[in-house]
Amino acid sequence: MTVPELKIQDLHVSVEGKSIVKGFDLDIKGGEIHALMGPNGTGKSTVASAIMGHPKYEVTAGSVSLDGENLLDMAVDERARAGMFLAMQYPSEVSGVTNADFLRTAINGRRGEGNEIPLMKFIKTLDKKMDLLEMDQAFAERYVNEGFSGGEKKRNEILQLMMLEPKFAILDEIDSGLDIDALKWVAKGVNSMRSENFGCLIITHYQRLLNYIKPDKVHVMMNGHIVKTGGPELALRLEEEGYDGMKAELGIKDDEPVEA
Amino acid sequence: MATQQQVPEIDEYKYGFREKDVSVFRTKRGLTEDIVREISKKKDEPEWMLEYRLKGLRHFYKRPMPQWGADLSALKFDDLTYYVKPVQNQGRTWDEVPGEIKDTFDKLGIPEAERKYLAGVSAQYESEVVYHSMKKDLEKEGIIFLDTDTALKKHEKLFREYFGKVISYADNKFSALNAACWSGGSFVYVPKGVVCKTPLQAYFRINSESMGQFERTLIVVDEGASVHYVEGCTAPVYSSSSLHSGIVEIYVRKDAYCRYTTIQNWANNVYNLVTQRAICEDHATMEWVDGNIGSCITMKYPSVILKGEGARGNTLTIAIGGKGQNQDTGSKMVHLAPNTSSTIISKSIAKNGGNVTYRGKVHFSPKAVNSRSHIECDTLIMDDKSTSDTIPYNEVLNKDISLEHEAKVSKVSEEQLFYLMSRGLTEQEATEMIVMGFIEPFTKELPMEYAVEMNRLIKYNMEGSIG
Repeated sequence: MTVPELKIQDLHVSVEGKSIVKGFDLDIKGGEIHALMGPNGTGKSTVASAIMGHPKYEVTAGSVSLDGENLLDMAVDERARAGMFLAMQYPSEVSGVTNADFLRTAINGRRGEGNEIPLMKFIKTLDKKMDLLEMDQAFAERYVNEGFSGGEKKRNEILQLMMLEPKFAILDEIDSGLDIDALKWVAKGVNSMRSENFGCLIITHYQRLLNYIKPDKVHVMMNGHIVKTGGPELALRLEEEGYDGMKAELGIKDDEPVEA
Repeated sequence: MATQQQVPEIDEYKYGFREKDVSVFRTKRGLTEDIVREISKKKDEPEWMLEYRLKGLRHFYKRPMPQWGADLSALKFDDLTYYVKPVQNQGRTWDEVPGEIKDTFDKLGIPEAERKYLAGVSAQYESEVVYHSMKKDLEKEGIIFLDTDTALKKHEKLFREYFGKVISYADNKFSALNAACWSGGSFVYVPKGVVCKTPLQAYFRINSESMGQFERTLIVVDEGASVHYVEGCTAPVYSSSSLHSGIVEIYVRKDAYCRYTTIQNWANNVYNLVTQRAICEDHATMEWVDGNIGSCITMKYPSVILKGEGARGNTLTIAIGGKGQNQDTGSKMVHLAPNTSSTIISKSIAKNGGNVTYRGKVHFSPKAVNSRSHIECDTLIMDDKSTSDTIPYNEVLNKDISLEHEAKVSKVSEEQLFYLMSRGLTEQEATEMIVMGFIEPFTKELPMEYAVEMNRLIKYNMEGSIG
C-alpha cells in the first residue's frame, strides 16, 4: 500500500470577498505530523475549513489533492469519504441524535451499502476508544455535543477521529480551552493514530500540545501563507520569543488582522 | 382488473396503491336525511341512534364553516360519498378477510405487526371494520375492544352512557357531520383497576374515491385502569378530495390512565378534520401522542378537560407540512379543578413551501387553583419557501397558577450540515439526521414498530426536500 499524500499548492481563499489565505503550500505524507502555528487572524483556520469544503470559504486559486485526486472538486462528504477529517474548533450540536448513532451512520456511510460494520464490532471498538480517552460510557448515548463542556466537545472530536480512521486529519485548535488532563487525553488519542497510513496537521497557538504530540515539522503562518518551516525546536523558540521576534527577523509587517 | 388501476397523481406518495373496489353497498353522493336514515337502517341501529344522527345532520346544515384556521373553501360536501360498506359481514379471522382487502393490509404490514405486537386488531377498511381480533387474555380481563358498530349492538347500555358525552354533536360543524354519518372506529372499555399491558392497535384506511370517512372512537377507562390505544393511518391517492372527519372521545375515570397514539399519513388530497377530546376525573392522566404527516389540510387539536382534582393532561404533537400542505395543529387544555397540570410539546417541520401552525389554548378556571401548564413549541424550517405560525391562547381566571410558554423557531443551519457532512454523511443523510433528532422526543414515545414505521416515513418524506 502506498503512503497517502496530501498536497496543497498555492492555495488562495476568500471569505465574503475578502482574501485571507494567499499562496499557501504544504505537503504532508502518511506517518507525518505537522504543526501549523501563527498569531490570531493569519488564516490558519481558514486553510482548514477550505480544505474540508465549508461553503463560506471560497477557493480562488491553487489546488488541494489527496493521493493525486483533486479534493476541491468534491462535495464535503466526498472529501470525508476520500479520507479527510477536520476536528473543529466549534463542533455543532445535534439534538436528538446520540453519539453512537451518529458515529455508526458516519462509519457505514464510508463503508458503503452491504458492507456495514457489525453492531457488536462497532460497540466493542467504541468502548475501547472511549476507554483510551477516559470518556464515560454514557457519552455514547448522549446527544451529539449537546450540553457538552468545551473539553468534552474536543474529546468527542478525537473520538470521532479514532472511530473514522481517516487518512488525514486537521485538528483546528483542538487544545483551546483544555485543561492539562484533557490535553493529555487528546494527545493520547492522536498518538494512538500514528501510522504510515495517517497524516495529521495540528493547528495551534501554543507549543504546549506539542509537548505531548511530537510534530515532525512546524510551520509558522503569517499574513495568509507559511513564512517559516522547521522542526520541533521552532515551536519552542516561538514560545520563548513570541511571534513579534520572528516578524522582526523575517521583516514582516502586520496585515490588517482578519477573522481566523 | 386486478390490482393497481392507475398511476397515482402524487407519485411520491408511497402508500398510494389502490385496490379494485369491492364494495357491496354505497350511498349516493351528497348528504341528505334519506342517506342518514339509510345508513342507520343498514346498520340496524336502535331508534335513539337514528335520532342522534338526525340531530347531528340538522346542526351540520345550520352550522357555518369555521372562520378560523385553515382555508376549507375548496371542500365540497356535495361531491362526497358518505357511506361505503365493503363486505357483507365482518371478517372474524384473518382467513375470512377478502383477498383484495388483505392485499392492502399486507402492503401496510399488518400481519407482521400482529404476529409481533398486536394484542387486538381493529383495522378499518373504508367505513366498516372488516377485521377484528382480540387475544383471549384481553377478554379474560374484561376489556372490551370492538369496532364501534358492534359495540353499539353488544353493549348498548354502556355505549349509550358515554357516547357523545365528551364531544357533543353541536360542538362544531364537523362533529355534527360525524354525528350524522359516523361509521366504524373503535370502542374500548377497560374495567376498574385493570391494567392493559399491550397497546391496542387499529389501522385505518380510506380506499374509495371521494369517500368521507367518519369513524367514531370511544374509549372508557374505568377507575384505576390503564390503557394505551394506537392508531395509524395511510390512504391511497385519488384525484378528487377525500374528507376524513373522525371523532375520538375518551373518558378517563378517577385514578385511571390513558394514552392515545396516532400517526396520520393521509394522501395529500385528504382533508383531515378531527375532533379529539378527553375528560379526566380526579387524579386521572390523559396523554395524546399525535403525529401529522400527510393530508392537504389538517385541523386537529387534541384536548383534555381536567375536570377532577389533580388530573393531568399531556400532549406531544408533531406536524410535517410539505408542498401544498397546511398542518394546523396543536392542543387544548382546560383546567377546571385544583392541582391540575398539563404539558404541551409541539414539534413542527415546514418544508418545500408547506405551512405549519401551532394553535393551542390553555384555560384556567377560577376553581383551578394551584394548577400549572407548560407549553413548548419548536419549529424547524427547512427552506425559505416554507412558513410557520405559533398561535397560543391563554385564558387565566385565577391568580394561583403557573404557566410557562417556550417557543423556538430554527433553520437547518449551514454549520450543522457542514459538521455532519465532514464526517462523511451525504447532504440527504445529514438533513435526515437533523430532522430525526428534532422529532426524537416524539419517536421515542412510540411503540417499537411504530417508531420504525415513523422513521421510514420521515426518511421518505425528507427525500427531495433539499435545495
